[in-house]
Amino acid sequence: MRSSAFVEIKNAAKSFGTLQVLRDINLSVERGQIVAIIGPSGSGKSTLLRAINELDPLTSGEVWLEGVQINRQLPPRQYEKHVNQVRQNIGMVFQHFNLFPHLTVRGNITLAPRMLKGISEADANALAEEQLTKVGLLEKIDEYPSRLSGGQKQRVAIARALAMKPKVMLFDEATSALDPELVEEVNQVMKQLAEEHMTMIIVTHEMDFAASVCDRVIFMDGGVVVEEGPPSVLFKNPQEERTRNFLRKHLARNGD
Amino acid sequence: MSALLVLARKTISKGPNMDIDLILRVYPFFIEAAWVTIELSVLTTILGLTCGALGAAARLSRNVVLRAIGAVYVSVFRGTPALIQLFILYFGGPQIGINLDAFDAGVIGLGVNIGAYMTETMRGAIISVNKGQTEAARTLGMSRWETMRKVVLPQAMRMMIRPLGVNINALIKGTALVAAISVVELTYTAQRYIGSTYKPFEMFLLSGVLYMVIIYIVGHGISWLDRKARIV
Repeated sequence: MRSSAFVEIKNAAKSFGTLQVLRDINLSVERGQIVAIIGPSGSGKSTLLRAINELDPLTSGEVWLEGVQINRQLPPRQYEKHVNQVRQNIGMVFQHFNLFPHLTVRGNITLAPRMLKGISEADANALAEEQLTKVGLLEKIDEYPSRLSGGQKQRVAIARALAMKPKVMLFDEATSALDPELVEEVNQVMKQLAEEHMTMIIVTHEMDFAASVCDRVIFMDGGVVVEEGPPSVLFKNPQEERTRNFLRKHLARNGD
Repeated sequence: MSALLVLARKTISKGPNMDIDLILRVYPFFIEAAWVTIELSVLTTILGLTCGALGAAARLSRNVVLRAIGAVYVSVFRGTPALIQLFILYFGGPQIGINLDAFDAGVIGLGVNIGAYMTETMRGAIISVNKGQTEAARTLGMSRWETMRKVVLPQAMRMMIRPLGVNINALIKGTALVAAISVVELTYTAQRYIGSTYKPFEMFLLSGVLYMVIIYIVGHGISWLDRKARIV
């Protein structure tokens, strides 16, 4: 069944052995929409994000991107090809950056486009420069990742993902590993992407950021979506007890 | 303990008793033998690295059969003495139709043996590359093999230089074992000259010093490689 939404997750369930981490999740994201997923640790939010690009495949349920089912059941070889193909459309940014330490910033950004899209070296360099300009790090193009600060690493990681021209970007706690003073520069880049109407799904602990950037906030707990809505409603007037509890704790902690 | 003291006193009372002239007379033959040891070491290293790479690939394969073959290889060759493996190959080989001269048997026996250790060295380095590296490459759309070749292996190879150096160090000293199947290398040469001169101290000392020279040079080569390969 084709889906009308840009990203659609249907009846998603996932267990690791006997531990069920996702139970019957339904979620659809429109093109250009920015969705934050919040919730306590262990709520399944990262697992859900990682299910979208098949890093942690679902036990059951479907994931669709622009009318193409991502988690198709295929024989191993075809599955590999299919997954490698669809992943090119889905950028992902990790908590711990995962830059390739043996490559320069340029090498990090151009590796996948050169290999997978067969573009020339000159075009790849132009692409790297374009993406680095966007994240404000053009002068670091020939540095190795070890010479960058955490915030700079994460901006390069974003540039690397963007160089594949993805249709949707997934952020898995992109600022959680950063020193507080470096969070803002990464948030700025994400805001800029939002202004360019990039479709984004953001797992985050930063309620302020979610409130200021996102169109929708999804609160997960115990592997289910407890409540969702626009930030103005969900943060100011949560309907569910669990949401209220979570927000109370979280906002209290942030307030200190 | 007291016996040792008595022995020490006797040795000292007799004074230093080393036949320097003999050493000067025979050392050219030992140098020649050292070249055989070096040749053995180089060929064994090449075979060992090949077996190690294949073994590591098998052990990390998604194919159950290949994984099992890799595991059996490692446990058999690390689980039995290298000397026994050499004896089976050289003395037992002809019984099952394998006729090798001593040198070839030495290279093959030692190479396949050290390959089992190198398998584990290489596998260890590969799996110690952070899982996030693979995830990042895969989410960009790179295949397993592309990820291995462009992201994991370049990092793993840097990490395996030193531990492979340890394997090679062990292998060089391990070439002494092939004296037992009569390959005329350093240890065998020492034994042969002891047979005619009855001077084991001088002869073993001379061969020992030459082993050390080889090990020293190789050790420095490994350190140099390791430094060069460091990620900036």
